Amino acid sequence: MSWPRLSPSSPPARDRILGLTARATGLLGVSAVVLVGLFLLKETGSLLGRVPLEALFGSEWQPSLGRYGLAPILVGSVTVTLGSVLLATPLGVLLAVFLQFHAPPSVATVLLRGLELLAGVPSVVFGFLGLTSLAPLLGQTLLTGVLVLGLMILPTLALLAHSGLASVGSGPRLAAAALGLSVPAIAWRVIVPAARRTLTTAVLLATGRALGETMAVLMVTGNVIDWPRSLTAPVRTLTAHVALEMSYAEGDHRAALFLSGLVLFLLAGALVVLGARLGRAGATARG
Amino acid sequence: MTRLLPCLLLVALSLGCSRPDPDLRLILTGSSTVAPLATEIAHHFESENPGIRVDVQSGGSSRGVADTRRGLADIGMISRDLLPEETDLIAHVIARDGIGVIVHADNPIQRLSSTQLRAIYTRAVTDWAELGGAPGRITVVNKAAGRATLAVFLEHLQLRPDEVSADVVIGENEHGIKTVAGDPGAIGYVSIGAAEHDRGLGIPVRLVELDGVTASRTAVATGRYPMSRPLCLVTHGPPAGLARRFIDHARSESAHELAATQSFVPASS
Repeated sequence: MSWPRLSPSSPPARDRILGLTARATGLLGVSAVVLVGLFLLKETGSLLGRVPLEALFGSEWQPSLGRYGLAPILVGSVTVTLGSVLLATPLGVLLAVFLQFHAPPSVATVLLRGLELLAGVPSVVFGFLGLTSLAPLLGQTLLTGVLVLGLMILPTLALLAHSGLASVGSGPRLAAAALGLSVPAIAWRVIVPAARRTLTTAVLLATGRALGETMAVLMVTGNVIDWPRSLTAPVRTLTAHVALEMSYAEGDHRAALFLSGLVLFLLAGALVVLGARLGRAGATARG
Repeated sequence: MTRLLPCLLLVALSLGCSRPDPDLRLILTGSSTVAPLATEIAHHFESENPGIRVDVQSGGSSRGVADTRRGLADIGMISRDLLPEETDLIAHVIARDGIGVIVHADNPIQRLSSTQLRAIYTRAVTDWAELGGAPGRITVVNKAAGRATLAVFLEHLQLRPDEVSADVVIGENEHGIKTVAGDPGAIGYVSIGAAEHDRGLGIPVRLVELDGVTASRTAVATGRYPMSRPLCLVTHGPPAGLARRFIDHARSESAHELAATQSFVPASS
């Protein structure tokens, strides 16, 4: 009886093709990111070379008068995003714990399907609802934006947190139950800490979604360019800024809008790096 | 055969890339307000004249003027009158756009003057009671920088963009109408066509009389309404050939219908 010879130097053709395709796809993904970065740099190049950075990050935006200060808009973006994440994170984790530990299976199934459906609702629908139902009560303000955006990222956060809790497995849960711990203690003292890493990733993914959201925010935050002095003040985010002005901008005005895009790109990149860092730190802490 | 296929593809590609016959291709550049209307007219024109291609590119009225002068475009698009230094060009008005001031339907204010409007937008007046309305804070709704509507509004009131202080900044007309409909103290300005259309759907907004003239498409068409602007196609010298056929088409009855669907007022011929 003779076994087919396995030679590591020449894998079957099918595997080779699969490997090459995977590599090509990976390369395509990476080069797309690099190209987007280069494109943004190219479009902003003329402005960055000529106008000093402190002018570009000043506080006044009047394109027709040659003033391109992005600082209040950058702060606006960060404030709305942080606000919505601060609102959605506790609710999302609570919802996930409820689904995992307290809800009867039939209720959990219905709730999960509902959350999945909600996570798939286009953001413009959230924006429209916010504009026609929430804005008449609260005005178009930072608070309205935080509420709409928080509600929008809640399903994503809850679903990711739920699968994070599920991924801990039954081992720790059974061990904790055997020790006589109550259900809340098992949930909050054992499973949630064990799932810390995936929960962090869930929060970062939701932050990314909130940061990049455009239409829902544009329709409810008022879009006035000013520092967000209070919850009831209007704010403009970087995304809304680009969407509002890009199609009508030329020359320096256009380049300054591309700079907003570049700043957004860097913020998103920082989130990814942060996610990788925290993930690694969590891994070493657990290992 | 396997060799032949790429060769054929190459030949097909090179044919596709060769410069099209200038008699079959028309290039329009300019105002982003006119561009959507011109695109619709172009689709219509292309379907009636098979083999002809019309390219419409937006980039602002000033680009339309520059491209037409340099021959980069056959026809320019501008959303304003020709300036005194542009007498080398000929303007063909295809429609008019009127900008109407809107308030919430519950607001008792019926008419405003340009002076009052100026006071509202610069915050010299902040309460409706000061204008004879029901007491309540005025919510000022403004348009985002770069929008042509904003430019016409500011020019009419003779305001610099940094003199205006707003509570809400909007993009599209619909966004503005929904914003005013949701706030009884709000005031905004949008395309008159869009406001009339939405009011017809029962959305609680009302067009305000400006300087004694009712804001309506009719008043815009006759030129009586003060805050309006023409949408024009411009040519360097009298149009000839294909450009002339396109402009005739753009001023025909069928193009008037297209203008109306985009909330513009067809040019009275």
